[in-house]
Amino acid sequence: MTHSTARAEHALDPSQSPQPEPYGVPASAAPAADDMPDRRGQPLTGAQILWEVLVREGVDVVFGYPGGAIMPAYDAMPAYPIRHVLVRHEQGASHMADGYARASGRVGVCLATSGPGATNLVSGIATAMLDSVPMVCITGQVGSQLLGSDAFQEVDITGVTLPITKHNYLVTRAEDLADVLREAFYIARSGRPGPVLVDICKDAQQASAVFEYDDRPITLPGYRPDHRPPESDMDRALELIQTAERPVILCGHGVIRSEATEALMAFVERTEIPVTCTLLGLGAFPASHPLNLGMMGMHGEAWVNQAIQDADLLIAVGMRFDDRVTGKTSRYAPRAKKIHIELDPAEINKNVKVDVALIGDAKDVLGRLLERVETRGCTSWLHQIDWMKGDSAVRDIQKLPDCGKLYAAHVIHDLWRLTEGDAVIVTDVGQHQMWEAQYYKHEYPRSLITSGGLGTMGFALPAAIGARFARPGDEVWVVAGDGGFQMTACELSTCAQEGLKVNVAIINNGYLGMVRQWQEFFYQRRYVATPMKSPDFVKLAEAHGLTGLRVTQRSEVAAAVKTARETPGTVVIDFRVEQEDSVYPMVPAGADLDQMIRRPVPTPGTPLFDTTHPLLETSED
Amino acid sequence: MTLNGNGNGNGNGHGGAQLPLHTFVALVEDEPGVLNRVVSLFRRRNYNIISLNVGRTHVPGLSRLTVVMQADADTARRMEANLYKLVNVLRVEDISGEASVVRDLALIKVHVTAERRSEVLQLCEVFRARVIDIGPDALIAEITGTQDKIDGLVNVLRPFGIAEMVQTGAIAMRRGDAALATDSENDTTKAA
Repeated sequence: MTHSTARAEHALDPSQSPQPEPYGVPASAAPAADDMPDRRGQPLTGAQILWEVLVREGVDVVFGYPGGAIMPAYDAMPAYPIRHVLVRHEQGASHMADGYARASGRVGVCLATSGPGATNLVSGIATAMLDSVPMVCITGQVGSQLLGSDAFQEVDITGVTLPITKHNYLVTRAEDLADVLREAFYIARSGRPGPVLVDICKDAQQASAVFEYDDRPITLPGYRPDHRPPESDMDRALELIQTAERPVILCGHGVIRSEATEALMAFVERTEIPVTCTLLGLGAFPASHPLNLGMMGMHGEAWVNQAIQDADLLIAVGMRFDDRVTGKTSRYAPRAKKIHIELDPAEINKNVKVDVALIGDAKDVLGRLLERVETRGCTSWLHQIDWMKGDSAVRDIQKLPDCGKLYAAHVIHDLWRLTEGDAVIVTDVGQHQMWEAQYYKHEYPRSLITSGGLGTMGFALPAAIGARFARPGDEVWVVAGDGGFQMTACELSTCAQEGLKVNVAIINNGYLGMVRQWQEFFYQRRYVATPMKSPDFVKLAEAHGLTGLRVTQRSEVAAAVKTARETPGTVVIDFRVEQEDSVYPMVPAGADLDQMIRRPVPTPGTPLFDTTHPLLETSED
Repeated sequence: MTLNGNGNGNGNGHGGAQLPLHTFVALVEDEPGVLNRVVSLFRRRNYNIISLNVGRTHVPGLSRLTVVMQADADTARRMEANLYKLVNVLRVEDISGEASVVRDLALIKVHVTAERRSEVLQLCEVFRARVIDIGPDALIAEITGTQDKIDGLVNVLRPFGIAEMVQTGAIAMRRGDAALATDSENDTTKAA
């Protein structure tokens, strides 16, 4: 069986012939960087050096917002073949750079002024930090003579971002700028990626220095991003893999980052070991593959979590045993030996004690395992997992009738069907994010972009704009809740000004749904501060000169999606879904992984559940 | 094991009196903000630093720091791994289990007039402390050694009245020919 990732590769291959501009982004957004004159050895301003380095690093788009301390950089920008996207709030700029990076695998770049411009980037930087996204954030800073004087719009942004960046720099001299920026890109993209912030004093942008650009690979004495597990550790891992009876592979974001999808596929097909994905690992292994069990963790399917708890070997690849994945760690997979394939040594034994740590790049380590691992089967274990599934899969909400109501799960299931599973989906945070993860089947890496570690509401729309630039030939959909969408809804103006085509599905239930669900389950239905009145999203879209649609019945979903896909420009669809629907199954925070709240059973007298709910008639997993 | 600083973690400073001391030595680049990055790793995990010393080395551009914290073995290993992740940190070692020398230097200013000065001088001699300043009403004693030895001197001087004291914090080095060094440091040494 081969699951080609050709589509995704096609989307990332810039050498493909230029396509028309169906989504508002020219396939080559900027004039060719090759045409630039070579200015090495010439005196340039710091601002010019900034753009020289960005072009040489392959940057074709930056997301930013001007202001006093970054004006020299903006003034120099038009001479360079880089497209600038004017955002409406700097948080949008950092999420756009993040979305661009996740959708392309390249480094995303955002630009902001000092003070409030810089602090507005913070949520986006922290989001990128927790999800290991390569990003370079450039901020203006007051003149170096004014540092520390509480000058107008001065904030110590290197201090503020110290714990939420992989590294950061304060540049006070133009002659330091080229080396610092090269290092910043190198650190952002190498090893376990992450955001790097470069804070540039205004006088360093204005001053002149001879532009030196050293093409040689960077070596930093205190930075060793590459690791390779010793052969003795590989031996121990192979012995465990060869002898395990109930093994499970845990596939995380690292598989996507290291482009290890094919290596993982080959490993799985050789060993017949079933795979389960973290939220950020979705798409790293095709959802349709028979050995893909689905998503693990708090809202993973019950049989997936049960399989993990019953396993005798876990092979974790590029994931970090987040608490949303493990439940109570002291009772996590108690009978399983654990192999951890991970690039960051600081993750080993952090949350879960492992038996063998293979510290290295996932693609490299899987490739080395593949050289030596023998063909094996897992027939009886797979039968056992099948038995655990029972008939829960066929009784899932996607197979249930809507009874005249509009369920979020149905909307997402239909969206998956109508887009043939080929869209890049960018989700916000909350119930809709979990329903998307459950019901949109991701076949390719980088087809789901979501804020996992930080859980940043407001992420979706700006991240989708970033993804739009990274993937000019692919359909991009935002799936957001009514709450999160409003946090960054101002970026609709960016879509309008830049002429971008992004489709937005607002799963509108009139509540901050996930918090409401927790209030229902754990706070005796005291819905404090979760009912939410929203603007008319159709009118909001129209006010931006965009198209707005409203859907209240399942029968209208297909037509709305069709209209959205065919209408030029950004389209916002307001899906008015069931208000008090909950995401099942669910592991309560801190509970054992197999102590799940299952999809409700129609037991009369159970106060938690409404027995007239159409989902209750058949579902019992 | 909690790492979120909720007050009952094995590794944090509030409840960890029974935990062993770990002494980390690290070579770091001598640049603005590096100390902040190191300290931030401890702060965000709510670990209390017992002592911290930083100073220059024989290699230009390299500083060496010594950090002492209370932690179990797992926490100490993770701290070491996290220190290593800092771009400006070149080498880190937890030398707690190794044969090493650990020294601390204290300056203690004691209120004492001429009539009882000789008593204080005698006590200082017993502890091999040097008196480095004498005034009409006070003197300063300098003592080098382990924390135990310093505590001993402080206890006997306390009745005279201690005006102020200051400690460098522990500095540590492994015994024998083992050295905390980097390739670049060796190169530099050879070149010089």
